[in-house]
Amino acid sequence: MVASAFREFRAGVLALAPLLVGVMPFGMIYGALALSQGLSPAAALAMSTILFAGSAQFLFCQLLGAGVPAPVMVAEVGLLNLRHALYSAALAPRIAHLPRRWKLALAYLLTDEAYAVIARREAAGDAGPDRHWFYLGAGLALWGGWQLSTAAGVVVGARLPTDWPLDFALPLTFIAIVVPLIRNRTLLAVAAVSGIVALLAAGLPFKLGLLAAALAGMAVGWQLAGRIR
Amino acid sequence: MSVWLIMALCGVVTFAIRLSFIAAEGKVAFPPGFRRLLPFVPVATLTALVIPELLMPQGVLWLAWDNARLMAGVAAIVIAATTRSVPWTLVGGFVVLGVWPF
Repeated sequence: MVASAFREFRAGVLALAPLLVGVMPFGMIYGALALSQGLSPAAALAMSTILFAGSAQFLFCQLLGAGVPAPVMVAEVGLLNLRHALYSAALAPRIAHLPRRWKLALAYLLTDEAYAVIARREAAGDAGPDRHWFYLGAGLALWGGWQLSTAAGVVVGARLPTDWPLDFALPLTFIAIVVPLIRNRTLLAVAAVSGIVALLAAGLPFKLGLLAAALAGMAVGWQLAGRIR
Repeated sequence: MSVWLIMALCGVVTFAIRLSFIAAEGKVAFPPGFRRLLPFVPVATLTALVIPELLMPQGVLWLAWDNARLMAGVAAIVIAATTRSVPWTLVGGFVVLGVWPF
């Protein structure tokens, strides 16, 4: 049983490892960006443990740099991370039998990348009794890679020229995540409405246009999905 | 409010979202409309973040060839659609941003 758990854990680490090629440069860019937006090195590192969500950490730095009030920051970071509820819903039935400490640990480690690896394995229909060790291996591999690359970014970032457009890594990463998700007309309509409202509402204070646009996009998707059914 | 407190609140919110369905499994019945909304969350939030970064890099609509961020973004969208790779999209976007002659 112990050998099986170890095999699963190692398989999870190995399944996630290729994704680190994309994640680790991103972590370094985050570390550098955090310092450039006025975060202390300690705070920049701590955020990688406390939030453990790359895109949300980028947004946090941007909002902090823009002087957005705290409640709006929390709301917008929460909104951006709301997609993790999807992964939570997908993972929930598979780990329902585990003790609470496992649920807490796997929830903390639930990211875009870890979920992508878990979903790929589940799709292969390979369901061993110790597969939660696979989830843990994948989650911890990403966690380790993220902490290491963030630390590297904090060290190197202090020496980077300040006029490099590091902030552009955020929209580029979002493009890389969102474009493959737009698989049908309903999702295209959601993206279109969300994008247009984001432009129209860009003048609102505290980046509230982001909230308005995301909610408008979701409302349109909800309406269209209801009509199709 | 101190940065640390905001960070802690963001962390609590994020963890709560990740734990939501895992903790509620078999205990709470979510309204059916809630699950219907979930598939649209990533597309709606991420697009809302991206589009102004490309079309309004300086706060006003800038729909022109000399908007390097727009051109880099369009290139990134094409790369993302064809490769589905985060690293290649980042590389391609930054390369176009760097070489765009304006």
